[in-house]
Amino acid sequence: MLTMSVDTRQTAAAMDQQQDGQGREAIKLEGAEVIYGRGKKTTQALAPTDLKVEQGEFVALVGPSGCGKSTILKLVSDLLAPSSGNVHVGGREVGAKRVGVGMAFQNPTMLPWLSVRDNVMLPLKIVPPFRSRYRQARKGEFRDRAEALLEKVGLKGFGDKQPWQLSGGMLQRASLCRALIHDPELLLLDEPFGALDQFTREELWGILQNLWLESKPTVLLVTHDLREAAYLGTRICVMSPRPGKIIDDQRVHLPRPRTISMTYEQDFVQLTQQLRELITHTRPDAA
Amino acid sequence: MEFVDKMRQKVAAAALILGFFVAWELICLLFGVPEIVLPRPSQVMDTLIARFPQLLPHVIQTLSTTLTGFAMGVTVGMLLGAIVGSSKVAYDTAYPLLVGFSSIPKVAVVPIFVLWFGSGTVPAVLTSFVICIFPVVVNVATGLATTEPELEDVLKSLGAKKREILWNVGIPRAMPYFFASLKVAITLAFVGTVLAETIASNRGIGNVMMIATSSFDVPLVFSGLFLLAILGVTLYLIFSLIERKVTGWAMRKSELPAA
Repeated sequence: MLTMSVDTRQTAAAMDQQQDGQGREAIKLEGAEVIYGRGKKTTQALAPTDLKVEQGEFVALVGPSGCGKSTILKLVSDLLAPSSGNVHVGGREVGAKRVGVGMAFQNPTMLPWLSVRDNVMLPLKIVPPFRSRYRQARKGEFRDRAEALLEKVGLKGFGDKQPWQLSGGMLQRASLCRALIHDPELLLLDEPFGALDQFTREELWGILQNLWLESKPTVLLVTHDLREAAYLGTRICVMSPRPGKIIDDQRVHLPRPRTISMTYEQDFVQLTQQLRELITHTRPDAA
Repeated sequence: MEFVDKMRQKVAAAALILGFFVAWELICLLFGVPEIVLPRPSQVMDTLIARFPQLLPHVIQTLSTTLTGFAMGVTVGMLLGAIVGSSKVAYDTAYPLLVGFSSIPKVAVVPIFVLWFGSGTVPAVLTSFVICIFPVVVNVATGLATTEPELEDVLKSLGAKKREILWNVGIPRAMPYFFASLKVAITLAFVGTVLAETIASNRGIGNVMMIATSSFDVPLVFSGLFLLAILGVTLYLIFSLIERKVTGWAMRKSELPAA
């Protein structure tokens, strides 16, 4: 599967979309604006923003820190309500319909009192339709499922460990497993590799790419690593500094599966360079 | 290595306790302190052993009173703590009242309980109940209120309801705080019981000590103190042990793997 040429994959996807009439919409922001605070002390975290993401897309959101990238994720995951405008997920107002959402944060946010495996299985305890079977399947089917996923990210045999026994990179892998265990339609990643060293980060890019190619969930990845955005994304949205809004939106036409050595080739370097310029030019202190 | 360290610590603690009693004994002997002022530990132990059969019912009385009050206090404290800790508004609103209640000296409350319920076991239970609510409420509330929002976000983004978040994150997170408060509460519960027994009861160690004082039976008074200390330490140890079993994740510092 992984060696399948990307062109055929893309045309296949395009044909699917044509059959449906058009690509089904996973996320839609319409003039979504977020303002923190009340009265005179308000901060506009996100300027009115429009964004449409189709199912199966891998969108990377890049921009300077504090530009509202994470705010968009919070809107989509219903952790935050927009001050004005609309947020639709899966064709309905966010929160109106339960959509399978997996989320991973910059911190691994493992619950310290649970084993790594129990942490990974946490979504199965909460999200239907799994939750009704959690008690019976906890020691059988779900356990195997968690173990299989842990093995894919290179954590075979670490399920019984406590979170504090693992390194930062290992915890982040486990955090990815937790985000994916319930086969979410939507995967929201908030700088998941931000705190890792370069080698671990690049390894995890590969793992994430494979996981995404397997089940093709819609992904929204917030990052400020341009190479990461270009390596992983099918589409890159660049945001301006606070109050953030999307100033550039482009598709990435590099073939998949992408490799680390590709990131040193001319196309790739050109792409990241162009992104970098976009961001540096919009910075207020750039003048 | 670790085992040796732990043993050394235990030996040191035991040596300190032993040294304390030996010093006490020696000072009494050296300065010829009369028994009626300060009995020697050996005299206290003699009295304790000789009069144990008479003391036993009182020990049971005090222990059961304390545990009843403690159980009530912990239950109520836990519920109140959960309510107070679950929202910022409740926390800020209820705190002044709680502090007010807890700063009332409990000695002052015992006569009121006697007035309402007559002397005997009930005021003692109530005193220990009242005295051990506060630490439990404060700790449970703090544990819940200081839960990292990131941990809650993990569940919220999955669409978990408030109750599920409380059950899966809030409560386990508050457990170390809860157990820390239990250790404080159990010792306080003893204080409450003995206080009430001393003032208004005809049974219990507090009452025995009261009567012994009035008849200048000082070794017996000290026997009572010893018994209370032993009971207090025993219950404290039991709760520490449960605490370690349940909330080991929060106290792992000493057992971090070398690698």
